[in-house]
Amino acid sequence: MSLPTVLAVLLPAVPGAAGLAGLLVRPPARRAAAALGVTATAVALAAAAALVTVRQDVVASTTLADLGDVSVHVGVRVDPVAAVVAVAVGVVALLVQVYSVAYLRGDDRYAPYAAQVSLFCAAMLTVVVASDLVQLLVGWEVMGICSYLLIGHDRTLPEAPAAAVKAFLVTRVGDVGFWLGVVLLGTGAGSFRIDDVIRAAASGELSHARVTAACLLLLAGVAGKSAQFPLHTWLPDAMAGPTPISALIHAATMVAAGIYVVARLYPLFLSSPAALTVLGLMAAVTMLLGALAATAQDDIKRVLAWSTVSQLAYMAGALAVGSDQAAIFHLLTHAAFKALLFLAAGSVIHAAGTNLMSRMGGLRRGMPVTFWTMTIGLAALAGVPPFAGFWSKESVLDAAARGTPSSPAPVHVLVLVAGLATVAVTAWYVTRLWLRTFFGARRGAAGHEPARAMWVPLVLLAVPAVGLGVLSLLRNPARTEFGWFAYTPRHYAEYLPDNTILATATRHGGASFGGPDLDPLIVAISLVLTAAGVLGAYLVWRRDTAAEPARVLGRAGGLFAAGFRLDDVQRALVVRPVQALATAVWLGDARVVDGAVTDTARGTRRLGRGLARLHTGLPGYLTAVLAGAVLLGLVAVLVGGVR
Amino acid sequence: MTVLLVATLAVPAVGALAAALLPDRTGRVVGTVAAALAFLASVALAFGRASGGHGAIRPWHQLDLPWVPSLDLRFHLGVDGISWPLVVLTTLLTLLCCGYTMWRVPVPGVDRPGVDPGAPAEEAVSGARGRYLVALLLVIEVGILGVFESLDLVLFFVFFEVVLLPMYAVIAVWGGARRRAAATKFVLYTLFGSVLLLAGVFVVVAQAGTADLVTLTQRGGAGLGHGTQVLAFALLALAFAVKSPLWPLHTWLPDAHTEAPTVGSVVLAGVLLKMGTYGLLRVAVGAAPAGARTLAPVLGILATAAILVGALVCLRQTELKRLIAYSSVGHMGFVLLGIATLTATGFQAALVGNVAHGLLTGLLFFLAGALKDRTHTGELSALGGLREIAPGLAGLLGFAAIGSLGLPGLAGFWGEFFTVYAAVRHGGPLWMVLAVLAAVGGALAAAYFLRLLRRVTHGPAARAVADLRPPGLAGVEVAAWSPLVLLALAVGLVPSLVLALTAAPVHALVTVVTR
Repeated sequence: MSLPTVLAVLLPAVPGAAGLAGLLVRPPARRAAAALGVTATAVALAAAAALVTVRQDVVASTTLADLGDVSVHVGVRVDPVAAVVAVAVGVVALLVQVYSVAYLRGDDRYAPYAAQVSLFCAAMLTVVVASDLVQLLVGWEVMGICSYLLIGHDRTLPEAPAAAVKAFLVTRVGDVGFWLGVVLLGTGAGSFRIDDVIRAAASGELSHARVTAACLLLLAGVAGKSAQFPLHTWLPDAMAGPTPISALIHAATMVAAGIYVVARLYPLFLSSPAALTVLGLMAAVTMLLGALAATAQDDIKRVLAWSTVSQLAYMAGALAVGSDQAAIFHLLTHAAFKALLFLAAGSVIHAAGTNLMSRMGGLRRGMPVTFWTMTIGLAALAGVPPFAGFWSKESVLDAAARGTPSSPAPVHVLVLVAGLATVAVTAWYVTRLWLRTFFGARRGAAGHEPARAMWVPLVLLAVPAVGLGVLSLLRNPARTEFGWFAYTPRHYAEYLPDNTILATATRHGGASFGGPDLDPLIVAISLVLTAAGVLGAYLVWRRDTAAEPARVLGRAGGLFAAGFRLDDVQRALVVRPVQALATAVWLGDARVVDGAVTDTARGTRRLGRGLARLHTGLPGYLTAVLAGAVLLGLVAVLVGGVR
Repeated sequence: MTVLLVATLAVPAVGALAAALLPDRTGRVVGTVAAALAFLASVALAFGRASGGHGAIRPWHQLDLPWVPSLDLRFHLGVDGISWPLVVLTTLLTLLCCGYTMWRVPVPGVDRPGVDPGAPAEEAVSGARGRYLVALLLVIEVGILGVFESLDLVLFFVFFEVVLLPMYAVIAVWGGARRRAAATKFVLYTLFGSVLLLAGVFVVVAQAGTADLVTLTQRGGAGLGHGTQVLAFALLALAFAVKSPLWPLHTWLPDAHTEAPTVGSVVLAGVLLKMGTYGLLRVAVGAAPAGARTLAPVLGILATAAILVGALVCLRQTELKRLIAYSSVGHMGFVLLGIATLTATGFQAALVGNVAHGLLTGLLFFLAGALKDRTHTGELSALGGLREIAPGLAGLLGFAAIGSLGLPGLAGFWGEFFTVYAAVRHGGPLWMVLAVLAAVGGALAAAYFLRLLRRVTHGPAARAVADLRPPGLAGVEVAAWSPLVLLALAVGLVPSLVLALTAAPVHALVTVVTR
């Protein structure tokens, strides 16, 4: 095995082994658990960083199992995108492990927690490097179960167990589609290897209808994992998990896995306009829905959770309009600034002793590091130049404005309009959060800076939250295109005949990406909208700094705070019917199916008793006479026989 | 190596006799040693395996002796890649159960008037009868191993019947409050299946003129008319459907599993059910392939119904062991659906699903038993907060439940996912619908297992849980459970542990079936 292959294998293997070993660590051994967790994620980060610097694509796989008509492979497939995403995962995971040592001080179940974070990290990296769809599915669902375990970690929160179950089940419902999508691709291509599947699609071995069906089914899983409408309902509730977990899983990495998988299989999606249209619709709805719901939340983590829903929709929108580069770019900047925001929010919650912004206020004085780093994160989220979020969000809007020949124009317009509207709403709720938490009079505890293990990660994450976007202005030293994240995916060019729309789209997307190419008109519009949002929130707040700015939303505020009551819809349309069906089947099984069995038994017994009565009904003397006759007959026969 | 083959049957048989005759503690020790020796012998069968010729069944080792020459019956034993994983699973679970009995002998119930039938009898009585429990477990082992190793139809039938009465005794003597009714239901229901099996065997043997499974499978139904094959397959499949069990012939199972003592439930769910699925694949499909092709859609529909009904009933279930029992109905539904596709992938999925279910449901029943022994209740409403009081037990229960819900990376996934694959691969609108419904059933399994965990492990500690003793795990418990945990993880990460062995014989069988 070559060095890059070894590095790629180490990515999931080291945290995976550490995670399994960590589950055996006895809870009192905090130091051992922390050392194991931090070391494993550090090794994974080092391997990922080395893969980025090696700049060499890696493809290697071996057969895992022979299942008769098809084989499952396990392997690695690392291109520039996989390498940088792996770095993002490594950075956030390492900082979260370090942060957690301080954040969970005094928690007697820290040891399994740290092990589960390592396992999660291994699962995410499996998704990132997987060369086979079944292998990817393994990582995909192990991530889900780690998320379940970690959301349910906090034993003091009564809502945590329900939130954990909800998170797993909603994503698992989406995964029914994901399973079937993978199966359709596998049965069509005769292999689950990503390269084989893409090649089969390009050569026509996979029919167009099958690719479209598979992509639509995969989107169900993507919607579940990446919290897109209508399967986004689990994410806000998942905030019952410890804050570092929200940073790692529910902001920076796992929720981005859906986006990443679409980018990974992008040639398939590009050849299916129907799938892209659905993705675009989903993204447009989710973008605005998430942003509007964020405007009226009182819980600081729920604001961030809804903003994650909305920002993930930007990535989905970028994919829908044909720019996987913008999607991955936004994925990376979002990972940096959202992880920063959650960890900073954790610091705020730590100091204020509550999640509710109505009991915060004036916190900037006691905790300058938290204040400034969080300000950077919020500016990046709102898309204020020159912070990272500005560049990536503009890339998404720019891609929507340009369009590509492979996806129909209405979707572009829809994504662009929804995206611009979301810019204004985002600026509004970001400003509200900033002012409500850090400014005005104190409504609760005074701020104080947390332990060093907690504020150092904030400072470290602030660096990419500021600078990651500027990289898009620089020329990529290895590639001819502008922008560090511009790349020509090796696999497209290699597999596609020149005249397909895929090939056209690839050339188109590859040439027009990067900071210097942004359309000035779109940039100007979105800057004006950002300013309007910020100013709007500020003016409302200034009228009464103690009051809730969301009051101006009137009755809509309640609807937004309840996330458009989609939980109720979900309960009425899915949960209740399934429960009713379960009750009906349960009763039917006991009364009808088992009833038939017991009735048969009862009937047989009754019949037997009746027959027995017939036979015992003979009077005693008759029986005696009969027996005597039989005996005599027997004697006669025997005697006769002897003679 | 034929010696080893004989040893897997002879050693537990002798061990059962010794355990029953010796004084109690010695008897239990000798019985456990016999189980250990049988386990070692069964593992050793994998070494030095011969290619086994070119037939449809290619045994690694075989023993072929005349048995009843006047009827042309032969004592034909053999083991190949399809049967070996199940043979080892059987010897392993029996060993773990016997070892567990060294530590904890379930208390036989008493049926004196005026005494609560669920009340435990005096300790002295319970201790003295432990050796009989071990002896019965070993007899059951002989029967199950005989089923997996028989290559003669009549011999298969005889071993199939050997299992019945000892299992009846285990449930009826050491079971819970309603053990008599459950044991009677179990024995009558499965006897009904046996009658059908006998009829099916009779039809096949009378028409084909041989009872040798290798010959029958090699012929691929040649010499049997289509109608005869359909009849034979229907009879055999019904018999095995009772055992597996297949909806709607499953209702003996929840009662039997719930009332049986822990070791009884483990053996029942872990390996006894597999006699049904194994028989379906090896005997019914092998001897009457044309009948299988005709009736496969019916089997597929019922199997999918079993997946959904099992899952939905579990969503409403209020008792721990009953829930696990119904989850078995769903899991075996996946196995039966895999077989019904009559494809190589479906067979492979069924075989790995069999092993996974044995490991994970065996573990689940061990844990449920340990929990009921400690809290004296299995009602979900009376449990809660287990992780606060007994984190070790809660963690293991979580592992077993997560494995059972088919999480990729653990053993249960491969069978379920590739059953769905096989159904899609089979093609046609019917099988597509079955694939989608089976996939939905997989998601429902996640729902009821997470509901179970939420009720039992999360939240504040319920009173029954808060008072449980001991909160920690006993050494024997760790020893009995850790092999199952490790194997569930190993098969999950490296499924070829099973699939590499089954690939060749499955290929040979599919060639016959699709001929």
